[in-house]
Amino acid sequence: MMRPFLKMTWIEAKLLLREPIGVFFTLAFPLMMLFLFGSIYGNKPLPFFAGYGSVDVSVPAYTAMIIATSGLLTLSIGMAGNRENGILRRLRATPMRPLIILSSQMTVIFAMTVAGMTLLIVAGKIFYGLRFNGSALNVAAAFLLSSLSFFALGFVLAGLLPTARTAQVVGMVLFYPMIFLSGSTIPLESLPSGVRAFARFLPLTHVVTLLRGLWIGDAWSRHGTEVIVLLVLLIACTLVAVKTFRWE
Amino acid sequence: MNPIIQVEKLTKAYGAMIAVDDVSFAVQSGEIFGMVGPNGAGKTTTIECLEGLRRPDQGRVHVLGLDPVSQERLLRPQLGVQLQQANLPERIKVWEALDLYASFYSRPLDWRNLIEQLGLAEKRNTAFRKLSGGQKQRLFIALALLNDPQVVFLDELTTGLDPQARHASWDLVRSIRDRGKTVFLTTHFMEEAERLCDRVAIMDQGRIVALDTPANLIRSLKGENRVQFSVDVDLDVSSLSKLPHAGRLERHGDIFVVHGRATDHQDQAALVGEVVNFLTLHGVRFSELRTEQANLEDVFLALTGRQIRV
Ligand SMILES: Nc1ncnc2c1ncn2[C@@H]1O[C@H](COP(=O)(O)OP(=O)(O)OP(=O)(O)O)[C@@H](O)[C@H]1O
Ligand SMILES: [Mg+2]
Repeated sequence: MMRPFLKMTWIEAKLLLREPIGVFFTLAFPLMMLFLFGSIYGNKPLPFFAGYGSVDVSVPAYTAMIIATSGLLTLSIGMAGNRENGILRRLRATPMRPLIILSSQMTVIFAMTVAGMTLLIVAGKIFYGLRFNGSALNVAAAFLLSSLSFFALGFVLAGLLPTARTAQVVGMVLFYPMIFLSGSTIPLESLPSGVRAFARFLPLTHVVTLLRGLWIGDAWSRHGTEVIVLLVLLIACTLVAVKTFRWE
Repeated sequence: MNPIIQVEKLTKAYGAMIAVDDVSFAVQSGEIFGMVGPNGAGKTTTIECLEGLRRPDQGRVHVLGLDPVSQERLLRPQLGVQLQQANLPERIKVWEALDLYASFYSRPLDWRNLIEQLGLAEKRNTAFRKLSGGQKQRLFIALALLNDPQVVFLDELTTGLDPQARHASWDLVRSIRDRGKTVFLTTHFMEEAERLCDRVAIMDQGRIVALDTPANLIRSLKGENRVQFSVDVDLDVSSLSKLPHAGRLERHGDIFVVHGRATDHQDQAALVGEVVNFLTLHGVRFSELRTEQANLEDVFLALTGRQIRV
């Protein structure tokens, strides 16, 4: 079981890298945002961000955006496309278990998400003296939880929507308002209070809040709501994804 | 001996459309079993029930003594499958696909030999989307044979293949059979069914309307040997039909068609001899002599009609 999984993961990784659009949005676009706003605002500590700089706040927030890209766009469009094209049908006629097929897809997309975050951290550190006061382990755990929740959401979209095209449209319709209203591109602090009240209903807001909080050293206990929301999202979406999974 | 494939009263419907209607048959070990039939006859539905990709509505299906749906895990590793419609990721390379699919099985064949035999070796570094239709088909045939399966299902084996690749695939199929494996294939080429298959089932509107060896099927359609020729002069037609092996006579302008008597088709040589003798004896100059033997296509058309169905 391990050998086919590794082989499949390796090939999926190569396939993903051969698709330049996906690589751009996960790896290059967040970096471009970092440099754009970094060059405008720098990373001086500001009272507005409770003594942190713009880059310190943006790195965890952009990380949330990458997670959303991976789950809502890359994963859902990829899965729906593989089904629509009959790629899953052919795989089904082999001894390969669906769980292995799905986990290798997830592994690759997760690795890409990690790469996107790593690039942000490295660039932030080198060019803007990025500050980090949290525990790396906590942030990694929150990152994992957030990614899994959004991947599960992506599987739900892929399961419910008939084609790659509709998955793309619906994914975008969810993605764009979400990244602008959740604080993952524009800081929550700069949004009007009405928008912030609404933003609480967006799952991505909770990812942003959780990652930003743990980044500056908050305890888990301060983020019970976020953890519960993301766990519920993960469990609910996994159940729905299992129910709606189709080979063709 | 237990049959390798056993189908009893298989029925499968899509909504109100009954695609396979109470079908029973068995395939023996080491056989090349062919299924032919008009578009929409239910061939793919039948084969996909055998592959465990579709769940029968009624009836029982066994492959290698196993139920393809409930015992899928035991069965899958022993099956080779080429689907009528399937796909691979656009950007996967030929060798990557083979390497990946080989990793799914515990004792795969060396895929390098396979693509060599299928004439795909030069394309090993080509992306799937850059292959021609026939090259894709060859790759799918290679994927179906990778695990050296006990039973191979080939749905429209040679559709889209050029004559060379078609013959290469036939050789491959025969070599599989010669190693004691069983092959179940569907085709729209009657010549392929006739030359390649040990037995052929003719399916029409969800039912099997005939099942036998190609020779027996043809024999069952009596007296369809024909000798055809054209002459410039007028010929006393009536005396031709007095030949011992001749039957009905037809004339279209200066083309004559002598039908064989309704007996078995071994007598074709005798009929040709008599006709040629008759013509030389009477000093008739003839041209465009052609003989036509009844073939599977005639049987097919006789049983399923000539009308195109929707
Ligand atoms: N997934 C499906 N949903 C609904 N109807 C289907 C489906 N697949 C096949 N059918 C119908 O079932 C009937 C049998 O189809 P099937 O694919 O088994 O025919 P076939 O003999 O393989 O035809 P062909 O020679 O064209 O491949 C057809 O009338 C077809 O319209
Ligand atoms: Mg078919």
